[in-house]
Amino acid sequence: MHRYLPHTEQDIEQMLQACHAKALDDLYCDVPAELRLKRDYDLPAEMSEKEVRDFFASLRDDCRTLTCFGGAGFYDHYSPAVISAITSRSEFLTAYTPYQPEISQGTLQYIFEYQSMMTALTGLDVSNASMYDGATATAEAMMMCVAAARKKNRVLISATVNPIVADVCRTYARYHKIALEVIPEKDGVTSRAEFEEMMQAGDVAGVIVAAPNYYGIVEDYAGYADLCHSKKALLVMNCPASALAAVRTPGEWGADIAVGDAQSLGMPLNYGGPYLGYMCTTKALIRKMPGRIVGATKDRDGKRVFVLTLQAREQHIRREKATSNICSNQGLMALYATVYLSLMGPEGLKQVNALSIDGAHYLAGQLESTGKMSLQYPDKPFAYEFLMRLSDGITADRVIDACLAQGIFAGVKVADDMLLIACTEMQTKADMDKYASIVNSL
Amino acid sequence: MNRDLYGKLIFELSHQGRRGFSLPRNEFPAYEIPAGLRRETPLGLPQVDEPTVVRHYTNSSNNNFGVDTGFYPLGSCTMKYNPKINDEMAADPVMSRLHPLQPQSTTQGALKAYYTLQQMLSEIGGMAEFTLNPFAGAHGELTGLMTIHAYHDSREDWARTKVIVPDSAHGTNPASAAVCGYEIVEVKSMADGTVDVADLKSKLGPDIAAMMMTNPNTVGMFEKNIPEIAKAVHDCGALMYYDGANLNPMLGVARPGDMGFDVMHINLHKTFSTPHGGGGPGSGPVGVRAGLEQFLPNPRVVKNADGTYSAICDDSALGRISSWIGNFAVDLRALSYILSLGAENLKMVGPLSTLNANYIMHALRDLYLLPIEGPCKHEFVFDGLADKSTGVTTLNVAKRLLDFGFHAPTIYFPLLFHESLMIEPTETESRETLDAFIAAMRQIAKEAAETPDLVKDAPHNTPISHPDDTEAALHPVVTWAELN
Repeated sequence: MHRYLPHTEQDIEQMLQACHAKALDDLYCDVPAELRLKRDYDLPAEMSEKEVRDFFASLRDDCRTLTCFGGAGFYDHYSPAVISAITSRSEFLTAYTPYQPEISQGTLQYIFEYQSMMTALTGLDVSNASMYDGATATAEAMMMCVAAARKKNRVLISATVNPIVADVCRTYARYHKIALEVIPEKDGVTSRAEFEEMMQAGDVAGVIVAAPNYYGIVEDYAGYADLCHSKKALLVMNCPASALAAVRTPGEWGADIAVGDAQSLGMPLNYGGPYLGYMCTTKALIRKMPGRIVGATKDRDGKRVFVLTLQAREQHIRREKATSNICSNQGLMALYATVYLSLMGPEGLKQVNALSIDGAHYLAGQLESTGKMSLQYPDKPFAYEFLMRLSDGITADRVIDACLAQGIFAGVKVADDMLLIACTEMQTKADMDKYASIVNSL
Repeated sequence: MNRDLYGKLIFELSHQGRRGFSLPRNEFPAYEIPAGLRRETPLGLPQVDEPTVVRHYTNSSNNNFGVDTGFYPLGSCTMKYNPKINDEMAADPVMSRLHPLQPQSTTQGALKAYYTLQQMLSEIGGMAEFTLNPFAGAHGELTGLMTIHAYHDSREDWARTKVIVPDSAHGTNPASAAVCGYEIVEVKSMADGTVDVADLKSKLGPDIAAMMMTNPNTVGMFEKNIPEIAKAVHDCGALMYYDGANLNPMLGVARPGDMGFDVMHINLHKTFSTPHGGGGPGSGPVGVRAGLEQFLPNPRVVKNADGTYSAICDDSALGRISSWIGNFAVDLRALSYILSLGAENLKMVGPLSTLNANYIMHALRDLYLLPIEGPCKHEFVFDGLADKSTGVTTLNVAKRLLDFGFHAPTIYFPLLFHESLMIEPTETESRETLDAFIAAMRQIAKEAAETPDLVKDAPHNTPISHPDDTEAALHPVVTWAELN
């Protein structure tokens, strides 16, 4: 038998006897014959471990790592060696959801630490144990606004929110019967006048904005929370987690819910996943929050211990009345973030942001000095990402192709003449100079 | 371990000025975000050196129980062995560094991996096409229901506002249907745990969008009336949805597509051996029969005529349900698993998982109450101890099992019985492990009769004793800041 399957012929024979059966087939006597698969799967035959390795090597050969100036919600940050050493420990990796706290304190404790760290980052009171990714976390926040408001089903989303996130929200809204409307943008930021206008009817349950926004701009949301609260709407802010060490936080803006992707906290790009959606909110809204929550309590001996708590919100108890259908989330990725933030601390995270933000401003300057592109919104403050408009005759595709030839991912094409460019601590000054010289040669 | 030194939270190990990070030198001119737009609040993260971080989490992991630690007979969770080669393949040094939006000419291998797994799952499920975009089982259910909704919408069949769910269903089924905007209609189970077809037929009509089922169901019984059920559901214009949480025993035996299901999801973190990670990341691919492919979500990965692969978005599709193409590195593990087993071994997974479950069932049915007769599939349910006079509950039995070094079974689910104890051994457990588990369960039954308090006060040998859940829920303390 295969190495994953411990059964010998003798085991099978004796176990069948114990079950009063003669053949394995007898155990399927209740499956109608016409439903039985009467052939082998049309799949490759068993591969040895070496052959599996060779197959994956062939996939790898058809891929190329690039010096990455692409962002748009996915950021190429460094993942310290400690992270993979800890997250690959099979006591963490191969555990189930911690429903048995007596033998799951490892998982429960790091989720408690994760929740504490995420509230420190966002400036809000409470965090759940994770969501799938930043986009679905935002969609869940949208549904939470409607559930908290009762009888209101209109939610506003700024045009400056990442369009991928907005697309996911739109899909959820369509089926969850939410009227999701876009607040237009003006000069790269949310149009305040139109936001105020749209709030007037008083039927808005929630408002979703981003910081930094899709174009990397750090918007001014002064007054947003007050207007939302005066109309009994919740303010949701979507923020890439790492940036919260640098930009004004959802807590400081007075937001009710903070959501986003925490991939920027030590997770590899992994071609899109697994990442880590996060959600934080105020203590008042904790019972409306989707997902698992870990709380502290005492065991019979008076020791401080951790358990899954407030489970009455969840699908396995409340079924169709649950706050969400989420069950499995991204548990292990919360461990990535927790170990990352333990290593980085306040100073490390500050320095990562400084490297990214300073680098982005340096690169923007170098690229502008080529005369081949310029900042689309030059009067708006940006953090580690910026939108460039290309000069006449230069297309985004041309820049991307020229850079690709030299191992550089130039950025995300937003329009034929628009490129969204991001920096992290992973790109050196030399990389940026090389990028600028390629553009200069176009 | 030294609990005083190592039983603390990472915040309690923090000292001003310690650092655990390593970053390149900043060679750039400094830029400051304008006042009013930058963070002003001090960032309350711990300050810890690298050795302390490593020791902290290593000790913490010692308080955890995983599949690599011991037997995990958790019903409906399929806690099978997680092969190590899969983890290594998922951590590929090149594919793990790909940006989702980098030019697709540089990601062909990754797209091929996605496409290949998609094709393999289609063959295993008897479906026409799969999307790997959903992140977990519940996300797959939601995506599948959205796909069904999109299908009915395309026919301008607006009256279908309800989804039928058996009373034995996983909690995610009704919850997913509710998130998708559907009303839930519950259909009863018969005494043998299978769907009451007469009750079902009385509920079918032009208002039904879909019927959600697991097969085998959550009591581990094969729904043998499935051809009749599928016909009745299709006759009323609704679609059949297969919850793949219990797909494991069907490997090599029967395919959901051949049973009459139109849409299904698979939990790769169950049937295809990817690790649960203490609650994710999972992966919940969704498959559809021919004719429904166009309703799957964006992006879709396709093979082009010239042999290259593309991830494409088109307007007719469902729209996005994820940022990109799902938990890619989890999918790589499942691909590695299928290749490692191959067609000839994959077909043994179902029968051997079923053999293991029946073996345990037969060895314990004299001491534990078996409410449903007949060969089970990969799992079965006891309704607690046979002897109800001891006062020992299913919760007590579960906690006592921890003392024997086993994870507890799923308890108090399904809701059909008061003392449900749901056992799923999976095919990767040896006969010796099953025998040791059986011996422990028999010992516990003996203790329940002779020294019931020993069982009621369990566990006794775990890192912590029984926690006060009531206090935790009454006065939630959910952050380090609140502890102080």
